[in-house]
Amino acid sequence: MVAASEKAKRIEVADLRLSYGGREVVRGISFDVYANEILAIIGPAQSGKSSLLRALNRTLDFVPGAMVRGTIQIDGEDIARVRDVEALRRRVGMVAPLPVGLPLTVYDNVAFAPRMSGVRKRAEVDEIVERCLRRAALWDEVKDRLDLLGTRLSGGQQQRLTIARALSHDPEILCLDEFSIAIDPVTTMRIEDVLRELRSQLTILLVTNLTQQARRLSDRTMFLLEGEIIEIDRTDIVFSDKPANRMTYEYVHGVFG
Amino acid sequence: MTSLAENKKAGAKAGDVPALFARTDLGRRRERAERTAQAALSGMALLVIIPLALIIIYLIVEAWPLLSLDFLLESPRRGMREGGVWPALLGTVYLVLMSLAVAAPIGILAAVYLHEYADDSAFTRAVQLAVVNLAGVPSIVHALFGLGAFVVFAGIGRSILAASLTLAIMTLPVIIASTREALASVPRSFREACWNVGATRWQTIRHVVLPNSISGILTGVILQVSRAAGETAPVMFTGAVFYKAVRDGDLFAYGLLDQCMALSMHLFTVSTQVPDVPEALPYATAVVLLFTVLAVNAFAIALRVYLRSRKRW
Repeated sequence: MVAASEKAKRIEVADLRLSYGGREVVRGISFDVYANEILAIIGPAQSGKSSLLRALNRTLDFVPGAMVRGTIQIDGEDIARVRDVEALRRRVGMVAPLPVGLPLTVYDNVAFAPRMSGVRKRAEVDEIVERCLRRAALWDEVKDRLDLLGTRLSGGQQQRLTIARALSHDPEILCLDEFSIAIDPVTTMRIEDVLRELRSQLTILLVTNLTQQARRLSDRTMFLLEGEIIEIDRTDIVFSDKPANRMTYEYVHGVFG
Repeated sequence: MTSLAENKKAGAKAGDVPALFARTDLGRRRERAERTAQAALSGMALLVIIPLALIIIYLIVEAWPLLSLDFLLESPRRGMREGGVWPALLGTVYLVLMSLAVAAPIGILAAVYLHEYADDSAFTRAVQLAVVNLAGVPSIVHALFGLGAFVVFAGIGRSILAASLTLAIMTLPVIIASTREALASVPRSFREACWNVGATRWQTIRHVVLPNSISGILTGVILQVSRAAGETAPVMFTGAVFYKAVRDGDLFAYGLLDQCMALSMHLFTVSTQVPDVPEALPYATAVVLLFTVLAVNAFAIALRVYLRSRKRW
């Protein structure tokens, strides 16, 4: 557990409301995320989990009709006022549910973000690619075929490739949106190990449909239902026999949802 | 439900195939319907090929006495009754290349804007509407517009330039439409992956979207060649002439502000305007026009196959 003295606030969300063309999917939620914790976000489909992540790195900007009210602060800075949105997105790494290898080589997939932000020297890019692939536990499997197309890797490898890509721009926060949806249990366990290691350097937001994954990995768990926070607390409390809210108990124990 | 063994017994008793595999009325009806459907559909497909094959064969047979390399490279002689089609062929090539040089960049960039940047505003809807309606304007109207706008108002005069601009406006909406289609074929997830790692819209387009849609874009552009080459009215009003003398086989016979001959108009001329033309001459001209277009289409197909083979998902 995170000691009280370490509880530096990394993300502060205040009365956040998200809507698509008038249909509200997140209904006034407030919560904080502390540095170097893993916060799991659980809840059934349509509860606003993915929209919340998209609001965090402002890729919601690309969705026509999306509206954001309330504030999200990252390290005390209101992200709605950020001028350099690309820099913000580099600070908030994002891993999508289905692994998307860009139609580039393994090397270029990881080198993409550094190159786009102006890293030109080959040696520097080489170093970033190797470091990120190692951190994503993929290096040993692909080091001899870095020029293979990313899309030719297996599903589990592609998902680790997307994690390596998300790490390549050196984020402080890593968001994972149901990363294990398309991969086998063994790879899932490997990635979970990776995340445990990354926790020392990063703050991790983990959206997951697998409540047991939240239980295994996270320090705290947030239960979202229909765009509202039902409960947010230490994971051992949320998964105990007596969480604060009866609905939480029913959800994590599979009574409904 | 009867078991397989029982079925066998029943079949054996009847001295027939096992009941499980026996043909039922329903089965027979389905088979018949299947055969009928296949025959009808393949018949329709064949009907599509027949006219094209007949056109090509008929044209070649009629044109046969005149077809030769000289016919391609010589100027018409004796009031179009002898000689070849070189000035017209060259004029068509000039017109098509010039019009694409104008229409392709504008069309592609406009389509990229409409598909990748524009959100649903009154302005974009107005542009959409303009594109759709522009595509529906008959070519003779384009011809009149080109005459009014480029030849007279802009003061360019009847010339290759004016004719090319007219053709460019005619092909623009189709280029925009086909480019948008090619862009739409790139999955949105690729774009999102790029945005997520902090790439700007333009970086995403430049490094991921365009490389993966370029085959579709180029094919769309090249297929407009056949349209531009075939149109008669727009060039007739704006820059093509009855006859223009150039040196045989000279590639640089025309300047931008010269008038030129064009294959489509030449075909019109020799088949309707000149008396006592040898019968094979219009056909030979048509063969040249047709095969110029077919050659460009074949090039488009080859390019598409090549770029597809480099496609990466």
